[in-house]
Amino acid sequence: MLTSQFLLLGAILFCIGVYGVIARKNAVLVLMSIELILNSVNINLLAFALRNGSADGHTFALYIIAVAAAEVGVGLAMVLLIYRNRRSIGLDELSEMRG
Amino acid sequence: MIAAELLVAQNVGFAIIALLMIVAALRVVTTNNVVHAALWLVTVLAGAAAQYVLLAAEFVAVTQVLVYIGAVMVLFLFGTMLTRARIGAEHDLNNPYWRLGIPVAGLLFAAMAIALVSSFGDEQLPSDARVVPVAEISDQIFGPYLLPFWALSFVLLAAIIGAIVLARKD
Repeated sequence: MLTSQFLLLGAILFCIGVYGVIARKNAVLVLMSIELILNSVNINLLAFALRNGSADGHTFALYIIAVAAAEVGVGLAMVLLIYRNRRSIGLDELSEMRG
Repeated sequence: MIAAELLVAQNVGFAIIALLMIVAALRVVTTNNVVHAALWLVTVLAGAAAQYVLLAAEFVAVTQVLVYIGAVMVLFLFGTMLTRARIGAEHDLNNPYWRLGIPVAGLLFAAMAIALVSSFGDEQLPSDARVVPVAEISDQIFGPYLLPFWALSFVLLAAIIGAIVLARKD
């Protein structure tokens, strides 16, 4: 197996996630795109862990999984709150902070 | 000879799973149905777990299945159910300027692909790579990386409390 095949897979997933963050209006779908990005980073970390024969990449990958779980919890709570206040979770309608 | 056959099998497995993951990821960002997007995301996450197994990281793969597919997806489906009046296809999920994302993602991928191919080229992963035992990962977490572990524990605690405070009604 080549090193670059895993890194390229991670790059493709990262770019699809970036496209999703830019293109989507629905807040839940933006959170899903962020999950894609975090997973691509995990693939890269584990590929380098195998390449260098060290356990550091595994440790970081586990930390990223935990941070992603916390992020989804808080993110969905915020989405729920926004939905309760304005009956919509379209991100382009949250424009109070525009000057 | 056996090693060569194993390598071919690994490469074929990688190609099938990678193709499945890319198609599923594209469906996540293009589908018109939020629930379908969540289910395609399950496919991507399961494929990622399979890739972790190919990368000799069983513990991370099991954690991925437990935390992501088990817990995070349930959160996503609950979030979808609680914020949607109806479940079905919708047509206003994209921004009006969603086409902007295509050149941005394309350019980003081109830059990353050029950098990756020029620096790693056809370098092989070591085929007799040492499988990292779980004991070593736990030694890392509770040894040199103890401080980040504590910080992460506080992050999770703060996230739980914050989510409860944000989401409760009063």
